[in-house]
Amino acid sequence: MSKLEMVQNAAGRMVPTMVNGVPQVPYMGVGKYQPSGRKAGPPIPQCGDFPRSGDKRVPSIKEALVKCGIRDGMTIGSHHHFRNGDLLMLQVFAACDELGIKDLVWFPSAAFPCHQPLIELMEKGVIRRVEGSLNGPLGAYASRGKMNGLAVLRSHGGRWQAVQDGEIHIDIAILAAPTADAFGNCTGDRGPNACGSMNFGLIDSMTADRVIVATDNLVPFPCLPWQIQGNNVDYVVEVAEIGDPAKIISGTTVLTKSPDRLMIAEYTAAFIRATSLYRDGFSMQAGAGGTALATAIYLREHMLADGYKASFMRGGSTKYMVQMLEEGLIGCILDGQTFDLEGVRSMRENWNHVPTSPFTSYNWHGKGNFASMVDFVVLGATEVDVGFNANVATHTDGMMLHGIGGWQNCLDANITILPIPSFRNRVPIIMDRVTTLCGPGELIDVVITERGIAINPRRQDLIEQTKHAGLPIKPIHQIKEEVERFAGGPPAPPKVTDDVIGVVKWVDGTVIDSIYQVAE
Amino acid sequence: MSQARGEAGTRGGQVRSDCWIAFEPRSDGGIELQVKSKVASMYGESIRQQVLAGLAILGIEHGMVEVEDAGALPFVIDARLETAVRRALGTLEAQLLPEKTVTIAPSAKDRFRRSRLYLPGNTPKLMYNAGLYGADGVILDLEDAVAPAEKDAARCVIRNALRVIDFGGAELMVRINQGERGLEDLEWIVPHGVQLILIPKVESAEEVLAVDARIGEICDRLGITEPVWLMPIIESARGTLKALEIAEACPFVNSLALGLEDYTADIGVQRTKEGTESVWMRGMLVNAARAARVQPIDTVFSDVGDEDGLRASVREAKALGFDGKGCIHPRQIPVVNQEFAPATAEIDKARKIVLAFDDATARGLGVVSLGSKMIDPPVVKRALHTVKLAIATGLLADNWKQEA
Repeated sequence: MSKLEMVQNAAGRMVPTMVNGVPQVPYMGVGKYQPSGRKAGPPIPQCGDFPRSGDKRVPSIKEALVKCGIRDGMTIGSHHHFRNGDLLMLQVFAACDELGIKDLVWFPSAAFPCHQPLIELMEKGVIRRVEGSLNGPLGAYASRGKMNGLAVLRSHGGRWQAVQDGEIHIDIAILAAPTADAFGNCTGDRGPNACGSMNFGLIDSMTADRVIVATDNLVPFPCLPWQIQGNNVDYVVEVAEIGDPAKIISGTTVLTKSPDRLMIAEYTAAFIRATSLYRDGFSMQAGAGGTALATAIYLREHMLADGYKASFMRGGSTKYMVQMLEEGLIGCILDGQTFDLEGVRSMRENWNHVPTSPFTSYNWHGKGNFASMVDFVVLGATEVDVGFNANVATHTDGMMLHGIGGWQNCLDANITILPIPSFRNRVPIIMDRVTTLCGPGELIDVVITERGIAINPRRQDLIEQTKHAGLPIKPIHQIKEEVERFAGGPPAPPKVTDDVIGVVKWVDGTVIDSIYQVAE
Repeated sequence: MSQARGEAGTRGGQVRSDCWIAFEPRSDGGIELQVKSKVASMYGESIRQQVLAGLAILGIEHGMVEVEDAGALPFVIDARLETAVRRALGTLEAQLLPEKTVTIAPSAKDRFRRSRLYLPGNTPKLMYNAGLYGADGVILDLEDAVAPAEKDAARCVIRNALRVIDFGGAELMVRINQGERGLEDLEWIVPHGVQLILIPKVESAEEVLAVDARIGEICDRLGITEPVWLMPIIESARGTLKALEIAEACPFVNSLALGLEDYTADIGVQRTKEGTESVWMRGMLVNAARAARVQPIDTVFSDVGDEDGLRASVREAKALGFDGKGCIHPRQIPVVNQEFAPATAEIDKARKIVLAFDDATARGLGVVSLGSKMIDPPVVKRALHTVKLAIATGLLADNWKQEA
């Protein structure tokens, strides 16, 4: 790999000036980068090129790809609503392989362990690289320097921004649709393999040159409701199976049984209750991690005791959130991705459980977004440092194993809380400096561990509001030292080479940090 | 001296926060050390240094050491290394003692023992956060929770845990084994800060006295002055009938506990959730304990998932006269602590009595009275206890007298 020219960004991190041949803007600080120009868009089509009957069906994925004019070097977009249960993209790239196509760039909204077989197609040259969140095996592959080009990690909002701003152009989008009609209208909230929302694919449908909808549940026109409009769709393909709904439910949506995590969740709910933003009509976003789920359950008890209702809850929906919606404790769910089948059912049945998209919720280059209207957001992290900077992409050994998801976008909430254990398997979570910077400390307000709660000194208001709540509030250094004492000191720095294998984008498209190749 | 390979600890995909160490003595060639670790890039070098330093302390100059680590904390690595070496050599004088980093205030005879959390002695991953859950005591268990072949390994783990883990002010308890093995257990724990010994399956005062004598011997030898309290566990018909004499065996007995698995087997009945079969026995123990002025402590509630059942069980224990209950999962602790908390009316009455007592003391009166009513000393004592409990449970402010 040729050496990249590196510059220091406003966070003090060294970042490359070019990524995969595209010039980059180094991170300048929160809200500092001012975009210019006009949004990108697809070529203008005309109805005369499409069947007047509205039937856009073609018999196979391979044929659809050929009709779309697939050729070497194209960028293929897809959504990840099937999470680890996706069965479509392996079929798509197998078809590309059969067609002898090379050097494709796969641009998913996230990749999962189920996509591990694609490593073989990368070795073979069918896929040149994956540009998107790399969870698990694909991340490890890239961390070892084996992928061509750099990994580019973006948030969900960042993906929308990159496409909208023309940083990335999707040649062909392939959208797995749990239910669709022959015109291409489709929805994720019903069908044998329903996944809830499918709006991570919305930008793909709006901007790609060509759009293929693949479904295993074709219904007569019109597919109601439609989350994706058929007017953006070129071809519709029926396939035997697009996904395994049992694996749409990720392991992270299981309620934790760990006493430590439950304790962290209890602290988190109590902390929220102690702040002045906790009031009738508050709003919240919680992830699908076990601790976040438990937090919602404890918070529900507080809400019942206090007689408070939440105006809206954002984020991944789960059966716990649905229960609160249906018992009237939440005004509505603004659903970014649906984590379990109860969430899917609720989206189908409840008028006030609606799919949202990265455009409404996360896009920094928009006229506002929902994320900044959220009072409390509860998020995870692999590491946090004494400056409250946090990492979600790499582990302390330097391995890139996680995508960013909506995490960076959510930091825009009024109060950002990271409930995390103070150590995982001997390795302390609080560092002097995070291995990879994904979120700047000025946006992270509270770190809640089983050993105490650290409030960012920038938030004197929160320190004041919670000081009499009987919570174990401690300086972040104190928790760090306590853990290091029994862990036998801080962990050794990651063993990495000078070779950059990936970059982390900030929500505005600037480069906030680099990820280095792990030395074996 | 036997010279074989010694292994200690646990390994395999599911293991966390523990390690497995094998040691093979050699007569020359120095130390050959192989370390595999799930946290290799972060702590691999630290593990190597620790093992080499440990071997030097144990006086080992030659041998082969293999380590398979799954994120064990340093105190665990020390314990596993020492056990592997001891098993290889058959005997080992030296000990690998981690530096003692915790000191805790001596334990009072009548402190609260509402909740005590059982921790299996050879499972270090459950230990280091055990102090966070608010239990009045933690029991590091050498007896039933440890397989017979792992007793030596558990002794090492518990000894090191006593030296380095901050249990958050919980009373440090160890349940030793029965008989001679139990007396040997004492050598491993009494020098390192244990505050209370649970003696299992006690049937006579002599058994308690034997433990007391061995503790006395160790304390004399090492100049330990802090008390080591005794909690005999009654688990048989004979033990039950001797309860008073066991409770009064020596001044260090501060409580009486019970175990129902063995007891029900002993009297030939099935153990039920309702517990009708043990009502008499538990009543007997409460009376024996109260007669001896020690705390009656109830057994555990073993269905971890049944919070309502636990709550009912604690209420019943409290109604029978018990002061505490065993916990086998951290989530049980808050329920037990809450349920042993005094009721509001109880607290209000106790506050009035305590204030009247303060007033009488201040005025040098020998008799406490509330209104026109005289208050007997046992009632005053009970009220003082209730107020203390109310403060401990967070139902009464520390400075309630100023607010009163």
